[in-house]
Amino acid sequence: MADVTLRKVVKKYDDVLAVRGIDLDIADHEFVVLVGPSGCGKSTTLRMIAGLEDITDGDIMIGGDIVNDVPPKDRDIAMVFQNYALYPHMTVAENMSFGLRLKRYPKAEIKTRIDEAARMLDIVELVDRKPKQLSGGQRQRVAMGRAIVRNPKVFLFDEPLSNLDAKLRVQMRIEIKKVHQKVRTTTVYVTHDQVEAMTLADRVVVMNHGRIEQIGTPNELYHKPATKFVASFIGSPAMNFIPCRLEESGGKLHVRITDRLAFPLPPARAARYQSVSRTDRLLLGLRPEHITEASAHPEPGVENFDTVLDVTEPMGMETLIYFALEGAQICGRVNPNAGAVDGGPLRLAVDLNNMHLLNEGTGAVI
Amino acid sequence: MTSTVVIDKAAPSRPVQLRSMSRDRAWALKWSYFFLTLFAIFSLVPPLYMVITSLKTSAEISAATNPWWVYHPTLSNYVELLTSNQFLTFFRNSALVSIFVVTITMLISVPAAFALARMRFWGSATLATGVFLTYLIPETLLFLPLFKMFAAFGELTGIQLINKWYVLLIIYPTLTVPFCTWIMIGYFASIPKELDEAAIIDGASWFQTLTRIFIPVAMPGLIAATIFAFTVSWAQFLYPLVFTTSTDQLVLPVGIVTTLIKGDVFAWGQIMTGALLGAAPPLIIYAFLMDYYIAGLTAGATKG
Repeated sequence: MADVTLRKVVKKYDDVLAVRGIDLDIADHEFVVLVGPSGCGKSTTLRMIAGLEDITDGDIMIGGDIVNDVPPKDRDIAMVFQNYALYPHMTVAENMSFGLRLKRYPKAEIKTRIDEAARMLDIVELVDRKPKQLSGGQRQRVAMGRAIVRNPKVFLFDEPLSNLDAKLRVQMRIEIKKVHQKVRTTTVYVTHDQVEAMTLADRVVVMNHGRIEQIGTPNELYHKPATKFVASFIGSPAMNFIPCRLEESGGKLHVRITDRLAFPLPPARAARYQSVSRTDRLLLGLRPEHITEASAHPEPGVENFDTVLDVTEPMGMETLIYFALEGAQICGRVNPNAGAVDGGPLRLAVDLNNMHLLNEGTGAVI
Repeated sequence: MTSTVVIDKAAPSRPVQLRSMSRDRAWALKWSYFFLTLFAIFSLVPPLYMVITSLKTSAEISAATNPWWVYHPTLSNYVELLTSNQFLTFFRNSALVSIFVVTITMLISVPAAFALARMRFWGSATLATGVFLTYLIPETLLFLPLFKMFAAFGELTGIQLINKWYVLLIIYPTLTVPFCTWIMIGYFASIPKELDEAAIIDGASWFQTLTRIFIPVAMPGLIAATIFAFTVSWAQFLYPLVFTTSTDQLVLPVGIVTTLIKGDVFAWGQIMTGALLGAAPPLIIYAFLMDYYIAGLTAGATKG
């Protein structure tokens, strides 16, 4: 068990900066997920923590010790790979015990650890099988078992679920969470799937272009994104961005979207955005769940407007609606009984209490 | 109703181009069997002729009878060869050379291939290509300079290697090592990178990664390389012909030709018998290792 610290870590491949100086503190027992689009440097960061990649600059500390030049085997870490990387010629038990056997652990100790891990992962009856006799989900469990038996300071997961089908992925996600609740080992988990990131993490690290965009709990990232990238990356369907500007009218601050469409801001929001220049090109950020069907008695801060829908997507518990506004395609979530039909008109409500205002040029959330 | 009938009649008038998959396959199968039979005849008739000839006496071979039929079968050729010390010496030399060469080749090419495939060092890619290029130089081009080298070495050091069977242990690897290294580079390169990374994280050294992960996983490739090295050593003719001359130093292919052809007298019966007996060990090894080879090919997938 240990904390992990990254100080101004840089990774350069020839002339390409893959990681541009990141700082990250991971507490003991914490489950941290690095998430971002492909090429954002998240896997490289994980591999640098593992010691599989040299670091160009900066420091990596595990349990307080700088490990920049410590080989992977002496870092006391365990890693689970995307394609499982099980040794095909060994049985499940041999796969799990390989590291322990290399370290010359006593046989009895190895057996105890394998039994314990196999029971935890529900693979007791598989221990004598070879990897090719296992399904994808079972292989993933074995790969996790191989990490658990080592009892390392840190678990590293490199997109472990992306080879599984959607249903199994959800199931294994829960398994991983359960395992972490039991063993409480510090975990760094890399994924490009924001749902995985949100559901698993104590804290999520959103990366883009080799930099950290934002670090926070899943709820912080969802409700208080710092940048347009985070706002659009976290949440599905993604947040809507509508070009707009601020204007004063009748003594109240309004957010104007088109010549005919402007919404008065609720007092709290108005106070917050008072200092924003009225000429700045801005984006109104609204999550789909804050664009709903209009109700007869709107709450304060909720404004109604009429629109014509392009497409509807009935999901069962809700219906996703799509319509165009100022050239942007907007997605909203309405009640299945709201009467949304393809091409039909609908009176909608926007909840401005949950709006975000972004600077169009910098992408920063105001 | 009437319109339906019209459509029904119209349908078959279209040119029918429907041929089922199974008919296509049956057709392809017929042709494959035809060509396979042709090639089988082509390659099996010479050994058959050798068997027939080896069962004849010299008199019957030179008699003007049907050459494809044995009228007075005899095992005398086999008895004579297998009881002659000379033939057994050739056999022993061949076996020793081949076994040692295979061992030496594997000891060099497996670590070399591992290093070239996995340890990224400066110039490793160029070196890998270079290794293969050396294989492309024919032995007919090499035997003279090699002979001069060994002669000079003998003069300088007083250690005479020429006309000793073990000189072949140094020469054959120039043929086997490059090719086997190349085969093994290919096999090692096909092993997913994550497998050695997993081993490294598990605490394995490079050597342990090679011996405990790579060699078992690349067993089919290792066997292919072994078969190749053995076949090359066993069948090599030019080098032993040049480098060994004393009867007790000869290997089988050269021994049979030099001792059973006396001037213009060809002991055909014994030549055929010797060649057949000489072909037996590779055949046995192929038959034994092929099962393992194919079993190895179907195992060892890492992803599902």
